[in-house]
Amino acid sequence: MTALDNITLNEDGFMTVPAEWTEELAAALAEKEGITLTDAHWTVINFCRESAADSGAAPTLREITKGAGVTTKDLFKLFPKGPAKKVAKISGLGKPEGCV
Amino acid sequence: MSEEKNRHIAFICSKGDLDMAYPALIMGWAALGDGIDVTIFFTFWGLDLVTEKRVDRLEIAPVANTSFKMSMMGLPTGNWGIPNIMGIIPGMSAFATWFMKMKMKALGVPPVREYMEMLSDAGANMYGCKMTVDMFDIKDEDFLPCIDKVVTASDFMDMTDGAQIVFI
Repeated sequence: MTALDNITLNEDGFMTVPAEWTEELAAALAEKEGITLTDAHWTVINFCRESAADSGAAPTLREITKGAGVTTKDLFKLFPKGPAKKVAKISGLGKPEGCV
Repeated sequence: MSEEKNRHIAFICSKGDLDMAYPALIMGWAALGDGIDVTIFFTFWGLDLVTEKRVDRLEIAPVANTSFKMSMMGLPTGNWGIPNIMGIIPGMSAFATWFMKMKMKALGVPPVREYMEMLSDAGANMYGCKMTVDMFDIKDEDFLPCIDKVVTASDFMDMTDGAQIVFI
């Protein structure tokens, strides 16, 4: 049994019960995506959690770069090969709904 | 997994109107966000989107655009189109352009210049079309920094082997 066995995911792999998310779980989710979390990752994750708590939806990539103060280049380096879904999954949020 | 070829989508941008600039930018950005490789080839009027002197001056003209309804300008006229005779009044294109830019800004959509930088920073490969560049006598220094280089149609075919191609 790992932390990942106890969470509820939808068919696209996004968590559906926000209360199930913990910081330890984020590390396990990141590992599943091949990412070891650093402070820079946490800046992004914390911003996404706060943004979603306010708006009810996972932020889009441009909202993240503008809001968390991370450049596009860095965001794509931190979460390579598809940051949009990876960030949302690791942060325990749903699929981002905006286009930009 | 590593043996598997990554999905690759290529856009050919051939139009320089403000409304025709956005499809490739929006879909390309979405593709990069999902880990899909993106190539964009700018040809003919599409080169306006990546030319320093033109990129901030893209316009939309209401003339001969049957989808451009008067109601889009804020008039309560339902689905009536803008009569072409009105569209030719000086200032109508400028007004329509201003209006579209205002709407896009309200939606949080960045201007074309900023979009090009975002796409380039996110790893899109962007090229100018050699034949058009020669025809319009465009110099390397006329391009935005996002343009990697100028390539031939044949180069583009080589680069997009196996890719999904969208012509705009």
